[in-house]
Amino acid sequence: MSDHESTYVPKTAFERWMDSRLPIIRFGADYMSLPTPRNLNYWWTFGGILMLCLGIQIVTGILLAMHYVPNTEMAFESVERIMRDVNGGWLIRYVHANGASMFFIAAYIHMLRGLYYGSYKAPREMIWIVGCLIFFLLIGTAFLGYVLPWGQMSFHGAVVITNLIGSIPVVGGPILTWLQGGPAIDNATLNRFFSLHYLLPFLIAGCVVLHLWALHHAGQNNPVGILIPKERQAKDTLPFHPYYTVKDGFAVILFLLLFSYFVFFNPNALGHADNFIPANPLVTPAHIVPEWYLLPFYAILRAIPDKFGGVVAMFGSIGILFVLPWLDRSRIRSMRYRPIMKVLFVLFVVNGFILGWCGAELPDAHVIGNFSTFTVYDGDLNSFLWLGRFATLYYFAFFLVMPFVALKEKPLPVPSSISEPVLAPEAAIEKKG
Amino acid sequence: MAESVVHPEGEGQDPNRRDFIHIAAGAAAAGAGVAAVWPLINSMNPAADTLALASIEFDLTKVQEGQQVVIKWQGKPVFVRYRTPAEIERARAEDSAALPDPQTDAERVIEGHEQYLVLVGSCTHLGCVPTFGTGDFGGWFCPCHGSHYDTSGRIRRGPAPANLVVPTYEYLNDTRIRIG
Repeated sequence: MSDHESTYVPKTAFERWMDSRLPIIRFGADYMSLPTPRNLNYWWTFGGILMLCLGIQIVTGILLAMHYVPNTEMAFESVERIMRDVNGGWLIRYVHANGASMFFIAAYIHMLRGLYYGSYKAPREMIWIVGCLIFFLLIGTAFLGYVLPWGQMSFHGAVVITNLIGSIPVVGGPILTWLQGGPAIDNATLNRFFSLHYLLPFLIAGCVVLHLWALHHAGQNNPVGILIPKERQAKDTLPFHPYYTVKDGFAVILFLLLFSYFVFFNPNALGHADNFIPANPLVTPAHIVPEWYLLPFYAILRAIPDKFGGVVAMFGSIGILFVLPWLDRSRIRSMRYRPIMKVLFVLFVVNGFILGWCGAELPDAHVIGNFSTFTVYDGDLNSFLWLGRFATLYYFAFFLVMPFVALKEKPLPVPSSISEPVLAPEAAIEKKG
Repeated sequence: MAESVVHPEGEGQDPNRRDFIHIAAGAAAAGAGVAAVWPLINSMNPAADTLALASIEFDLTKVQEGQQVVIKWQGKPVFVRYRTPAEIERARAEDSAALPDPQTDAERVIEGHEQYLVLVGSCTHLGCVPTFGTGDFGGWFCPCHGSHYDTSGRIRRGPAPANLVVPTYEYLNDTRIRIG
């Protein structure tokens, strides 16, 4: 798709004038006519949905920043003022707060789609790596934003997460003081968190440009997972507009319905009641949890009985995504044709939900019923601590067994083109034999 | 290597001198870059007014026996606990127990004032505020990740790696302490 020839012809005098000076109209037109695999399914619409999410967060965020006061004395009240007195403030804030959750729903689906269809494999490694970087920045931005309302959960969440950095041997203490701007989370911390929360989305936007650049250089993957041979280009691709602008548009409408349900009918469903209490450094809420989208990582953190080890495991769970293109040695991209990986993938998704469940519960609580089995090491086997440990083990094992699965697995026959399985599925499979 | 880069065909008399200029210029630019970035990084360290709040005084007559008062010091909670004789007894008796971070009770209080235990009220795991009276060892319990502390504030069980910190403090007179 990198060799996509421009079909744009400037029509007016102004367009001709621009075209020889700053060919931005040509750039946009070429983007719209980009040949796109004709078999992309609805899982492919989440890229566009994520662009929309980023746009919504930036626009609502800029408006909120006009009313929000990043000061420990006034932050909580300024948020309440936005909710009660600012014109439409409740709407803007609820869109922004629920928008973060919607952003993560779309991001997780987008990443799992890439995982299932092998979109991280050559020649698309850089698309995946930049995507992982965006995910990491997204987590950082969401965490910083959650601190700003300065409720109990905001404050003590910030205490726990910044203390993770303090667990780094030797240099952790000074780095923690530097990060907090004082001996504890206080006004200096809130101020800089606000500054960084405003900055990071623009870094994300910059990374999105790189993500798309790499995407259009290497070409889009597709559910069959094969590269489209040059001679099949005309038959197996469609121009991005109108075919995929319309398909993405329809998915966006459905997504906005879900979004609207939360904003208008259940705006606090994904939040936490403790965050309606102003921050009090002297009392910690009885049960402290992160937002739902970070629960699986929180479970991984708690699964390791060593403080620094837990931090390493938690960052490692994101870090391992960066090297995924080199862990999976199989030549087949799409898991449609990989019977073993397909099963492991389904278990991986289920495992993700289990990790999230573990992150939400107290580690000592019983998973099944209210009885104790027997104690292993430092906890009862029938506890979320141990369930979380098994789930953490599977999370890492899923990635680490990939090189061996590629050796053992016998893939199903892969069609030689996108249209082949549609036009003559029987013949295609026989021919491949 | 450097020679072939700077002088492709061996022209010029003194390649080492030119190499030196390149390296010196690069090093100077890198040094200047670091020197320029340092004040920016350092601006995020605690400011002078933040550091000026380093010490506070507290009147011990405000605490009754068996009671704990929580005060704020450097943005963190500080527990001042007036221990009952039973608590002190238990803390001393457990000096020889298997402690993850071994310390005797005598090392954690000031001689002659054993009833007053002064602690930074931040769990040494991830900084939550432990609550008194709910743990398995008669002392504090951290609700976040389940660390148990005894009546001397020593870690007994759970993910926390160290005892609750005893801040530096001194007695100004019999009933008044200065923390920090």
